[in-house]
Amino acid sequence: MLVARNLSKEYRSGDNRLTVLRDVNFAIPQGAFVAIVGPSGSGKTTLLGLLAGLDTPSTGQVILDGSDMTAMDEDQRARLRGEKVGFVFQSFQLIATLTALENVQVPLELRGESGAGERARELLSRVGLGDRLDHFPTQLSGGEQQRVAIARAFANAPRILFADEPTGNLDSDTGARIVELLEALNRESRTTIILVTHDHGLAGRAQRIIRLSDGRVISDSETERAA
Amino acid sequence: MPATRQLFALAWRESRTARRRLLLYMSSISLGVAALVAIDSFSNNTIRSVHEQSRALLGGDVMATRNAVPTAAVDSLLDSLRTHGIPTTTSTNFVSMALVPRTGGTRLVQVHAVAEGYPFYGRIVSEPANAYSQLESGYNAVVDPALIVTLDAQIGDTLSLGQAKFVITGTLKSVPGDVGISAAIGPRVYIPERFVRETGLLVFGSRVEYEWLFKLPPTQQSSDFVRAFSKRFAQGANGGMRGAGYNESRLASAIDQLHDYLAVVGLVALLLGGIGVASGVHAFVMRKIDPVAILRCLGATSWQVLSIYTAQAALMGLIGAAAGALLGIAIQFLMPLALKDFLPVDVDVRLAPTAIALGLGIGVWVALLFAMRPLIALRRVSPLQALRRESDADALRRSRQDPLRILLSLAIGASVLWLGMSRANTWRRGLGFTFAIAAAIGVLWMSAAALSWVARRGVRPTWPFPIRQGIGSLYRPGNQTRAVVLALGFGVFLMGTLYQAQYNILRSLGLRMGEARANVVFFDVQENQRAGIDSVVHAARLELIDETPIVPMRVSSINGKAVSDLLAEAERARAAARRRRGERLETDSAKDSTASDSAGREGAGQSAANRGGERRASPWALRREFRSTYRDTITESEHLVAGHWFTHRADTLGQVSLEQDVARELGVKLNDTVTWNVQGVLIPTIVTSLREVRWQSFAPNFFAVFDSKSLESAPKQFAILVRAPGPKEIAHLQRDVIAGYPSVSSLDLTLIQQTVTNVLGKVTMAIRFLALITLGLAVPVLFSAVAATRRERLREGVLLKTLGATKRQIARVMLAEYALLGTLGALTGVVLSTLAGWALMHWIFKMPFIPAFVPAGLVAAAMIGLAVGIGLLTGRDVFAETPMAALRES
Repeated sequence: MLVARNLSKEYRSGDNRLTVLRDVNFAIPQGAFVAIVGPSGSGKTTLLGLLAGLDTPSTGQVILDGSDMTAMDEDQRARLRGEKVGFVFQSFQLIATLTALENVQVPLELRGESGAGERARELLSRVGLGDRLDHFPTQLSGGEQQRVAIARAFANAPRILFADEPTGNLDSDTGARIVELLEALNRESRTTIILVTHDHGLAGRAQRIIRLSDGRVISDSETERAA
Repeated sequence: MPATRQLFALAWRESRTARRRLLLYMSSISLGVAALVAIDSFSNNTIRSVHEQSRALLGGDVMATRNAVPTAAVDSLLDSLRTHGIPTTTSTNFVSMALVPRTGGTRLVQVHAVAEGYPFYGRIVSEPANAYSQLESGYNAVVDPALIVTLDAQIGDTLSLGQAKFVITGTLKSVPGDVGISAAIGPRVYIPERFVRETGLLVFGSRVEYEWLFKLPPTQQSSDFVRAFSKRFAQGANGGMRGAGYNESRLASAIDQLHDYLAVVGLVALLLGGIGVASGVHAFVMRKIDPVAILRCLGATSWQVLSIYTAQAALMGLIGAAAGALLGIAIQFLMPLALKDFLPVDVDVRLAPTAIALGLGIGVWVALLFAMRPLIALRRVSPLQALRRESDADALRRSRQDPLRILLSLAIGASVLWLGMSRANTWRRGLGFTFAIAAAIGVLWMSAAALSWVARRGVRPTWPFPIRQGIGSLYRPGNQTRAVVLALGFGVFLMGTLYQAQYNILRSLGLRMGEARANVVFFDVQENQRAGIDSVVHAARLELIDETPIVPMRVSSINGKAVSDLLAEAERARAAARRRRGERLETDSAKDSTASDSAGREGAGQSAANRGGERRASPWALRREFRSTYRDTITESEHLVAGHWFTHRADTLGQVSLEQDVARELGVKLNDTVTWNVQGVLIPTIVTSLREVRWQSFAPNFFAVFDSKSLESAPKQFAILVRAPGPKEIAHLQRDVIAGYPSVSSLDLTLIQQTVTNVLGKVTMAIRFLALITLGLAVPVLFSAVAATRRERLREGVLLKTLGATKRQIARVMLAEYALLGTLGALTGVVLSTLAGWALMHWIFKMPFIPAFVPAGLVAAAMIGLAVGIGLLTGRDVFAETPMAALRES
């Protein structure tokens, strides 16, 4: 369960204050597939950063599985991310100096787990890249890179996965296959997926849509897929 | 620990593409480590070799010397030692003219007339091998090869020394304890001692050193022997006695001094390397913001991030330091070859594990410390960077006030201080060294800041775009103006100082040689030989420049107090000083010392006391033989610092002008009376003036100059100075004079000039070698400094290309930036090196200083060229890549 309670975020620049999020409240149950949508500058990415514990709010709380992330320091949040959170980014964010296999191993190795290589191989096979294990990111296409990123996101069997415009840099066919992959993983592993996008078509694949405008939640509704 | 192992495995994998670059940054310290390892190993090896060869260096367990004919007491002491089973051998050493009649060549030589069995330890090696061992079999002479060359002689030729004739039976290959270069100054000639009287050279006023070597039974300590007999040997003359350990400790301390000096140079190199590491790692950190943000998103803690990149830096630092250590070991093997002419021992080069480990340890420590300062910024990289990328500078902005950063800065300061103090031996010098480094860095830093300031305010919109853009790079956020100016400026500073010192020393010596009007000097000319030599000079139609009378004498009393009383007083003061210091008597052989040397040191201590107002004479000054002159005029190489030149006096008291240092050593001031013993005749004088003498000038200079009236009738010798137009005339004149007057010695000043030029040539080579090392050092440091802004340059360059800039325009932008950086760094370095050069000449060499513009300009130009070259080389991707490919890469 992920809970956002009275979340606000302000940036200060000299005497000027810029409020990018105001009083955001919602709760997302385990296993849900939620899309956060809104126009450019509406505060989507800021909200994602706060929910994932990448940043701290000016006021309010983010509670993941009963743990108040806003009360933790940066390293405690990092450990929590290592255990429970996965990410998929628009620009894939693979480490350029590591092969596909090594990229997927990273979260497991950071936790000091044994058998990281085996698990990484398994995950890459599952996303259809069993034959590209030793390729570096620059040797892979955009879709393949995003599949490596998804395999990496699922490496530590996260309770929640944040995806920031995961198809933004891909053509529509490849994008569709990536979304199908995310949906399958959501079904199989009961991982909560929070998808940030401005693509309404993509958001329509979610069970619930939270709309943002000017830093506020203007609607929070379930889609047909919720059933 | 599996987690740690996996972390290091990740660090290793993640470094994959950065290894070469990181290694280049870390190699900045390689030359510093090489210098430390080479210098420490060389010093260890030399000191060990000196220890192993200490008895061979002396030739016996104990050596005694005195500069006057042995008294009856000394002779009876020697007899008694021999009867007590202590073997003795001797050598009588003096300088003389040597003549090869077949070729007519003459040369001033150092004669060693040795008795059988000389030396007891060590071997004098000759060519052919039996030449030295069979020296005693007849009128044989074994000579330095240099003499054979200069006199155009060959083995088997006759060699005249005074009135005796010898056959050259061989040449010297090596003499234990002799510095190779000493042969160039005065070639050595070994003859049997039993023929020394036949030369007729040991006459009134001759400077002779009588030397005895003793071989002690294994049970007897050389220090006990020295303590028991040294005073009895020195009686009535200057000289003394020393054990093998004395040479060892003296040489060890000389090597220590050389080591300290070189070690400071090595440390500067290491610290400069540290700055290079810091600049390079800063660039590395900029490239690592993205992967670190990803790792943070994936759950890496700040400690894990820091561990990953510290492990990478440590490994590359270790490789850089190890490469430096290997280079240091190679240099260590070359150093004895380069310095063999200056070393008194055959250095047995072995690997010195302590020196290697220490160099490696210090290298890794310095590399890591300087690398950590930029690296710790990675702890602060926010995972948000993966979502929304800020600029590099913004991503690292918050680390400025980091307490760890402040702690690391303090650790760097403390390490520099510790390294400086441990290398410079005394805390005062260590502090001085640290302060000098800090001052140089401070000046360079401030000039760089000033350049940024001027660039920001001075740039005009009317200037051409490439110039404006290039200047703009000097003050834009994330600029590397300070790092590049620091690296360049320091390089120019080190190289410039070397060249400034070299130029001024050479110029000064050149001037002194040039100002000497005479080029041949005849000395030891007896009064009855003077007219004859004058006529030889006139017959050869040569110019006689001067005839200087020389009267040997000793001090008899000062202000009515006899020298014996003054010596006893000095001895009492010395004993009292020792008691005060609680100094135990020298018991170990390393502290063996001669009576005169101890006295000399005491004298130095007393000089300090003298300066404090209490005047007490030094034993060496009271005992020494003064070779004085008389004249009524003051010469160009001296000037009065107190009193007045000789005037007419109504009383019969003679007048004397003393050189200021010797006056202090004698404990004498203006208007004191000094009575001199000239061949048994006592001559009372009053000190009417004190002089400062430029000893380095090629003119006869004296401690004591008398008014003519006082010494005219005293028995004297002359030094005759002549000018001859060329080497042929000099050779003929020397031959003619020596043929008629074998006891007269002559010195060809042009040969001295050649010798000095040779020695300076070697020094110049050493300086060029050091300069080359500095240049080699500057390259990786500059690369690192320039690399720090490579990404920004690449982005800007590509953007400009995308907007339509031609390659030529981009090249001009880069040229403007690096030429400006190079010029400022070089100019600041030149100013600093000129100041350092002045300080060296003023305080260390005590010579006048004239800035050397040509070498300074050349060094500056080389460094500007280097900066521009490295700048363009680092930015070559901007030219090579298409805008699209380069944009993707950046």
